[in-house]
Amino acid sequence: MEGVDLSMVNWARYQFALTAMYHWLFVPITLGLSLLCAFFESIYVRTGNEEWKRITRFWMTLFGINFAIGVATGIIMEFEFGTNWSNYSWMVGDIFGAPLAIEGIVAFFLEATFFAVMFFGWDRVSKGFHLFSTWMVAIGSNLSALWILVANGWMQYPVGMAFNPDTVRFEMQNFWEVLFSPVAMAKFTHTTSTSFMVGSLFVIAVASWYLLRGRHEEMARKSIIVASAFGLLSTFYVAITGDESAYVNASKQPMKLAAYEGLYKGQIDAPMTVFGIVNGDKKPGDNQSPFLMDVKIPGVLGLLSTRSFGNFLPGIDDLVYGNKEQNIMSGAEKIRLGKEALRDLTAYKKAKKAGDAGAAETSLAAFKVNQQHLGYGFLQKPEDLVPPVGLSFYSFHLMVALFGFFGVVFLLFLLAARNGTLLARRGLLRIGVLSFALGMIGSQAGWIVAEVGRQPWAIQGMLPVSAATTNIGAGSVQATFFLFLAVFTLLLIAEIKIMAKQINIGPEGA
Amino acid sequence: MIGSLSTALLQQIWWILASIVGSLFLALTFVQGGQTLLWQVARTDIEKRLVINSLGRKWELTFTTLVLFGGALFAAFPKFYSTSFGGAYWVWILILFTFVVQAVSYEYRAKPDNLLGAGTYEAFLFLNGSVGILLIGAAVGTFFTGSNFTLNDFNQVTWTHPLRGVEAAFSVFNVSLGLFLVFNARVLGSMYLVNNLDFQGIGEFEQRLRKACLMNLVYALPFLLIVLVSLLTMDGFGIDPAGKVSIVPAKYLGNLLAMPVVLLLLLAGLVLVIWGVVLTGLKKSTAGIWFGGLGTVLVGLAVFFTAGFNNTPFYPSKVDLQSSLSIYNASSSHFTLTAMSYVALTIPLVLAYIAYVWWLMDARKLTSAEIVADSKSY
Repeated sequence: MEGVDLSMVNWARYQFALTAMYHWLFVPITLGLSLLCAFFESIYVRTGNEEWKRITRFWMTLFGINFAIGVATGIIMEFEFGTNWSNYSWMVGDIFGAPLAIEGIVAFFLEATFFAVMFFGWDRVSKGFHLFSTWMVAIGSNLSALWILVANGWMQYPVGMAFNPDTVRFEMQNFWEVLFSPVAMAKFTHTTSTSFMVGSLFVIAVASWYLLRGRHEEMARKSIIVASAFGLLSTFYVAITGDESAYVNASKQPMKLAAYEGLYKGQIDAPMTVFGIVNGDKKPGDNQSPFLMDVKIPGVLGLLSTRSFGNFLPGIDDLVYGNKEQNIMSGAEKIRLGKEALRDLTAYKKAKKAGDAGAAETSLAAFKVNQQHLGYGFLQKPEDLVPPVGLSFYSFHLMVALFGFFGVVFLLFLLAARNGTLLARRGLLRIGVLSFALGMIGSQAGWIVAEVGRQPWAIQGMLPVSAATTNIGAGSVQATFFLFLAVFTLLLIAEIKIMAKQINIGPEGA
Repeated sequence: MIGSLSTALLQQIWWILASIVGSLFLALTFVQGGQTLLWQVARTDIEKRLVINSLGRKWELTFTTLVLFGGALFAAFPKFYSTSFGGAYWVWILILFTFVVQAVSYEYRAKPDNLLGAGTYEAFLFLNGSVGILLIGAAVGTFFTGSNFTLNDFNQVTWTHPLRGVEAAFSVFNVSLGLFLVFNARVLGSMYLVNNLDFQGIGEFEQRLRKACLMNLVYALPFLLIVLVSLLTMDGFGIDPAGKVSIVPAKYLGNLLAMPVVLLLLLAGLVLVIWGVVLTGLKKSTAGIWFGGLGTVLVGLAVFFTAGFNNTPFYPSKVDLQSSLSIYNASSSHFTLTAMSYVALTIPLVLAYIAYVWWLMDARKLTSAEIVADSKSY
């Protein structure tokens, strides 16, 4: 396990970031817009008003264009765990593989089967069955999100498993613990609800553009009412799930929380940094200020992350160098114990291979003492435990600020649409057009917080990225990085052009 | 209940389940076969659109079945997933690439302002149906011919061939299996289109499809012959009672004789495919696809069962026999296999709704008029 090619690890990480972020350009729209299409069609079936059918069909067209490239960028994700992260696939495949397979069985087939009905079944099945199909696509999309986010939640907070020294991998012990882990649930609810916001922003952006040009006014207004109401409801939900996400971070991934809050020195009733410029020279353990300038509210971070006053929230320095008073073990100590565990494990495998039962038993007993620190054994120095603070901090704060902004946008749109004053409020409509792009940025920023904030770990506390890759050489990974960059960029440009053209054409029969 | 089954039995059940999914994928490659037939059989624009729109209602099923095949192997045989995808890197990347470009092609081909032009998207479909299926066949071929990898004590893979999996495409057996699958997909594709389309006023088009069905079986036969003869005569990989892997003469012939059911599956499958071709190519029937599809599933099952059962490592290593993967050393834990088996109980339900929707959507044949009238058609 020695001699890891770090440049290859980094290229594998870049590639995962590239493919995941490309995929994530399309997924939030799929999750949100599939439900909005189901709402539109439900209204059509209830009212029998053909205008709603036209609205449904129009948004479905845009949904289909987005869905296709979402599928294209998605298949890579499923196999990338194997191609670039084969050690990871082996070490945790016993747990991680299951949700992926379940996603295929229970979710993807719903989407794949009913998608064709949704698009080509208008004259081939009954009205009711068509509506049912549209709902099945929406439910299938969101179910697929459930399973992949359970898998991701498990990477953030590995539960329900144990290490098996004979197979050298982690094995599942409790399926329900994996499925209903608090982190997995927070991840699923937060990610889907923010995607509902993004889907709503997409509808508002396109509809606002029509209103600014005085086209399809009735259709645009109706769409805005549904989308802004859905967006506003989602905003409340996002507030709750976002709060829950930070709360579980505090207990399960304190380093991530410390990084995105820029908290170096832990304290009781820690203040929240509302705004700050990160000091790029700041290193863990030194005495520099973490910020060049900042605005803080006393006590709020401590309260939000522990839900009561008087609690200690560890900072980066506490987690790296330890804090005896608070009973936090230092990173150096964990690494030392991890290396011991690794050594004992190697000795155990060797003794077992040689058929020396006595030595195997001794090594195994020694390994079990330190096995909870095994993952730390792959790290070199305690400072490796710190994720990139600046990127985490800015991404998190941008995400939260944008979230508040969207809440206001949804409210203003809903009020204006209900009062019939939308057309007069050109400033708001311009913000509406712009807000979709901001929504995309906010959504991507959220994933940066989640994934960059977890570094150096692939599986929190268990397996660092440096020990998770395939032994393949940087060249191949670089080559596929640029291959995907080129293909996805080309397809993205095509998608945007096609989408823009269809928006310009507008609904049928208008 | 399932939890009380032995690990070995669960491993066998999951090899059967994975084989079913893989074989269903092979039957559903009628989509890929149809994609490569496009130029040959469709002469006019409307004929082309009929092919694209007919396949366009099904391509996602094939695609999703492939994704499930990968997911099921990951969940049930993670060591195969990590060894093969990480090791035979380039062959999988190339296969995936052809499916990435397929995924956008139906939706984008006929849309205005699509950047690349309809011809490019049609070329993507061709690439997927030809190179994609050929390489999948070559990859499956390595189940019998072996691969170039070693695993260390931590089960980390080292691939010993610089081509990283693509070397599979330089074996006569692997390539023959790949080409057989390509032509078989074309046979199935023409059967499906004959079944799915309304040919009123375009009878010539129907004749071309029926002829293509017959001709592609003829093209497939020599490759099938090479595969069968090689399979029955080649040395294979076997596991002895102590768990040691060694080269065994005529191993796969031995497997077929030791498991007559598998031999029966193989023969019945081939007969069904040929009967499907007779119905489509020589008679006036439109039912060929059901025989061809079922036959392909049976042949697929026979291939996977021969590779994985009867003490045979299904993913053998040529360079280090003891690194070879069998369903017994590559599988998930008893717990995970049990949990996954409960989930697998939903598979009949999934198959049922797919079949119901298929029946509902295809109750009427696809007509040119319908495609022209629908502004959303591909």
